[in-house]
Amino acid sequence: MADMSYTPTQTGSSAGKIALRWGLYIMLGLFALFYLMPLFVMVTTSFKSLEEIRTGDLISLPREFTFDAWQTAWSGACTGIQCEGVRPYFWNSVLIAIPAVLLSTLIGALNGYVVAQWRFKGANLFFALMLFGCFIPFQVVLLPMARMLGLMGLAGTIPGLIFVHVIYGLGFTTLFFRNYYVSIPAELTKAAKVDGAGFFRIFWSIFLPLSLPIIVVTIIWQFTQIWNDFLFGVSFSQAGTQPVTVALNNIVNSTTGIKAYNVDMAAAIIAALPTLFVYVVAGKYFVRGLTAGSVKG
Amino acid sequence: MAPILEINNLYKNYGSVEILKDINVSIEQGDFLVLVGPSGCGKSTLLNCIAGLEPISGGNMAIAGQDMTNVSPKDRDIAMVFQSYALYPTMTVAKNITFGMKVRGVEQSVQDEKLAYVAQQLQIEPLLNRKPGQLSGGQRQRVAMGRALVRDPKLFLFDEPLSNLDAKLRVEMRTEIKSLHQRLGASMVYVTHDQIEAMTLATKIVVMKGGVIQQIGTPAEIYTRPANLFVADFMGSPAMNLIPAKTKANGSGTQIEIARKEGAPIVLTDTRNQNLPENVIVGVRPEDIADAALGRVGDTQEAECLIDIVEPAGADTFAVMQLGGKHVTARLHAETDATAGEAQKLAFDLAKVSYFEPDTGLRLN
Repeated sequence: MADMSYTPTQTGSSAGKIALRWGLYIMLGLFALFYLMPLFVMVTTSFKSLEEIRTGDLISLPREFTFDAWQTAWSGACTGIQCEGVRPYFWNSVLIAIPAVLLSTLIGALNGYVVAQWRFKGANLFFALMLFGCFIPFQVVLLPMARMLGLMGLAGTIPGLIFVHVIYGLGFTTLFFRNYYVSIPAELTKAAKVDGAGFFRIFWSIFLPLSLPIIVVTIIWQFTQIWNDFLFGVSFSQAGTQPVTVALNNIVNSTTGIKAYNVDMAAAIIAALPTLFVYVVAGKYFVRGLTAGSVKG
Repeated sequence: MAPILEINNLYKNYGSVEILKDINVSIEQGDFLVLVGPSGCGKSTLLNCIAGLEPISGGNMAIAGQDMTNVSPKDRDIAMVFQSYALYPTMTVAKNITFGMKVRGVEQSVQDEKLAYVAQQLQIEPLLNRKPGQLSGGQRQRVAMGRALVRDPKLFLFDEPLSNLDAKLRVEMRTEIKSLHQRLGASMVYVTHDQIEAMTLATKIVVMKGGVIQQIGTPAEIYTRPANLFVADFMGSPAMNLIPAKTKANGSGTQIEIARKEGAPIVLTDTRNQNLPENVIVGVRPEDIADAALGRVGDTQEAECLIDIVEPAGADTFAVMQLGGKHVTARLHAETDATAGEAQKLAFDLAKVSYFEPDTGLRLN
């Protein structure tokens, strides 16, 4: 046994290895192309004039760049009878998403802290029910929620939409924070208790500073969910409070006559930009936060 | 003066499982109490109960004469050092140490002063601006001690503070804790599973098993007069020899007969203890069996024994033999000429022998 040393097994000739490697790259390249093609078409189309779209090729580059379509999409395209572009709706989305993301993250952090570190009777059941909330199809809750919002006087308002998004985001945010906090040794809480710190003090001074990776994960997740939401947006808004996703739908589906593909594409890209931006800025934390659980102290 | 810590009839249950049963302990100002026992004996739970981190199910406790049974940890005037150190990972060493004072709203100048004093006491001044992640195990241990010291509490609680350190550092820190205790004259409760730590540090030891206190006493009492077979076996390394034997009243004394694998039984006469039951277990510490040829101290009786194994360990030489169906270890002087497989004349110190009832395990003398 003792003199058995490790010898790596031979994996074919070097020519075979190179072929394998190239095959892999070609596969990956094809997949990347497959995913990037629609984006490419969207971007190029948005810079073409309608004339060029009618006469030209779908995948050719624009002969002359024009920002007219972007201009129209931002502030001139018609959503039904109003022709203000996506701009007001974009700001609606901002007004909905930012408070909803922050609130659901903060409450999720508190929930996770309680479930993971302040075990109470029925904590497991409570957590199981929260988890269950993650998997409820949203269509099921539309009618009861509409009634609730009506009773609360929030029907069709931006605070109403914030409320809905906070409630339905809590399942996931609680799950994220609970799983992160469970890996923090209970002795940390005990030490802080002996030091004289209370419930909120421990949360604020010890747990929140530890939570940056999971906060980033939660914010990205929640922002993407809430910004991209269409169902709640279309169900619980009225003229003037619709989010950008609903406005985009209205622009694309309510035009009569010639379809302005360039405007549709520009509007779609505008609607998608914030989530893209969040991923680019915080994406590396996303992966790091998902994998980093344990805390060394 | 009221005892610094007094626990009366304490019970602790998790559901229907009894973790601690009828615990009664009391220590005076300046005592170093060590709770020792095998894992799962409830010693850490008891410490958590003293700290107020676990609610108790019955009984009461007082710290410095004040009832603390239902008082929250922060109002008990205690400080605690944890096994994992439990340093706050995002705070610097200085912030870790002053966190408790900050929470209590102690003035900044007082905080700085106390921090400087503690840092100097523990020699951690160069570390004050580092984060716990940048410290070695021993340094973290010091910081954790500093966090407790700075509070100047009535009672220090230690939960196996040395068990994450390597062997050499552990001995060093053990000495340091002992000198700290002597310097400060503070009252401490210390949990460990290591009986050597218990013996070296304690002024008073509580041996626990299965949530029940087996014996309370000074290290010397626990060592020389264990209350039952469990304590006899648990405390001391190598462990006390526990040899089944038969007794017979013999005029002024008692005749102790220990069976051997071959040959006649060993017969010893104990003049101190009378009225022992017929079957007993004789407890002899390895150091109370000596090489008869190398001089003897006290009231010893000699017997020829066949040595099975000889283990030289530097200062001592351990000789292992078979008596009464058990392995018996003798701690002989290093100069002994005992040889494996040969008989050796050994002297048994009967003044220090313990007798136990075989069924109940209780001490008889």
